[in-house]
Amino acid sequence: MKNDLILKVKNLNVVLDGDEIIKDLAFEVKERETLIILGPNGAGKSTLLRTLLGLVPFSGEVIWNTKSISYLPPQELFQRKGLSPLSIEEFFKFKNVSHQKILDIILAVGLDSSLLKRRFGAVSTGQFQRMLIAWALVDEPRVLLFDEPTSGIDVGGQETIYSLLHKFWLERNLTILLVTHDLNIVWEHGDNVLCMNKKTLCYGKPRDVITPEGLEEIYGTGIKFYKHQHI
Amino acid sequence: MEFVLTLIMGASLGGAAGYLGTLMLSQRMALVAGPLGHLTLPGIALALILGFDVSLGAFPFVILGIIFIWLFEMRTGLPMEAVTAVVFAGGVAITFLFLPEEKVVPALIGDISQITFLATIIVVILSLTIFFMTKKIYSKMILAGISEDLAKVQGANFRKYNLIYLLGIALTVALGVRIMGGLMTAALVAIPASTARNMSKSLNQYSYGGLILGSLACIFGIFGFRFTGLPAGPLIVMVGTFFFLVSLGLKR
Repeated sequence: MKNDLILKVKNLNVVLDGDEIIKDLAFEVKERETLIILGPNGAGKSTLLRTLLGLVPFSGEVIWNTKSISYLPPQELFQRKGLSPLSIEEFFKFKNVSHQKILDIILAVGLDSSLLKRRFGAVSTGQFQRMLIAWALVDEPRVLLFDEPTSGIDVGGQETIYSLLHKFWLERNLTILLVTHDLNIVWEHGDNVLCMNKKTLCYGKPRDVITPEGLEEIYGTGIKFYKHQHI
Repeated sequence: MEFVLTLIMGASLGGAAGYLGTLMLSQRMALVAGPLGHLTLPGIALALILGFDVSLGAFPFVILGIIFIWLFEMRTGLPMEAVTAVVFAGGVAITFLFLPEEKVVPALIGDISQITFLATIIVVILSLTIFFMTKKIYSKMILAGISEDLAKVQGANFRKYNLIYLLGIALTVALGVRIMGGLMTAALVAIPASTARNMSKSLNQYSYGGLILGSLACIFGIFGFRFTGLPAGPLIVMVGTFFFLVSLGLKR
């Protein structure tokens, strides 16, 4: 594997309960790259991230050039109600990091340190998502796998989440694999885009591969879009 | 001397059971110790008839019961609570077919008379083992309750953890029947954990609260036995229930 590659995926196939979820997927991710994964619901995007982490049985090759990987599932998949008493700080301590590191990252995502004393399930959706970003980054991973980071968050909050991710990408030389439905993010932050619906539909730089025809193939319907011009 | 040994035994087992109980309550499994306690009854009956240690009789029966529950669930696809009911009812029925009438009360509600030094040492060592085994898996099991994927990415090996967890429960039940009998073992894990949950704001307060409350309930219950002559098992349950009622007023 080339030195600047952090992930190489080849002939990736996933079959769950007899259903083919991912078929013959291949792509590469370079260090500091942001790869956006696009596709309709049920396309296998979330399964792809879970497969890359070894949480799902697969055939083919998934070769990581690092073990420093952090992952955030969609917010809806977090159990927040009916839990044992758990403070936010204790949630961070699951990662065996110092109090100072926790405090630094909490402040870096724009939250107040008093949040650390609050119960895990007793914060707003926006605060919860920022807190999760802080959790994902507190042990300084090289790679962040992020599944629909703005689901359930209002438009203002979505902007904040992506600005935060961009800030950390700049500051920490992060490599990011991001599942999203938001085409604006593809234009603003994506180095490469992988469009999939079980198999690869397009793969490359957004300006080369995202076309109205391509989007129709991905989502099965005409989608209006405005191509961003970067000067 | 025997009273001090009983106190040491009760305090250590009550603490370990209370600590494990907080994890079981988090997994919504606090009541599992009840049917498992009933499953020990044939083993207790055998021990009482043949005159050996009740915990030694209880342990293989809990393990056997867990294996049966696991096998029946796999074969039938029935909910775990249904197969547990089948297995523990069978265990209770077998017990009462063979247990002599005079042995029924100690089998059901425990007997802390004639505690030996060796038995105390063994219970203390096994209680410490239960505590450290539970502590090892505690944070990952709690994290799994929030997101199983996150726990796995953090390196949780659930096959191993579930084995440790079940072994911890089996040991607690087998040791608990000596003090509580086959009928009330669930109280050792469920009541201190529920009380601690009412009073805690953090996981530390909750888990160690369960440990302290479990220990205190056993200590006060055994003192009660010393001064009233009433059986220790029901007294421990009453002390635990009293703590629980007090905690309702302190609920956070």
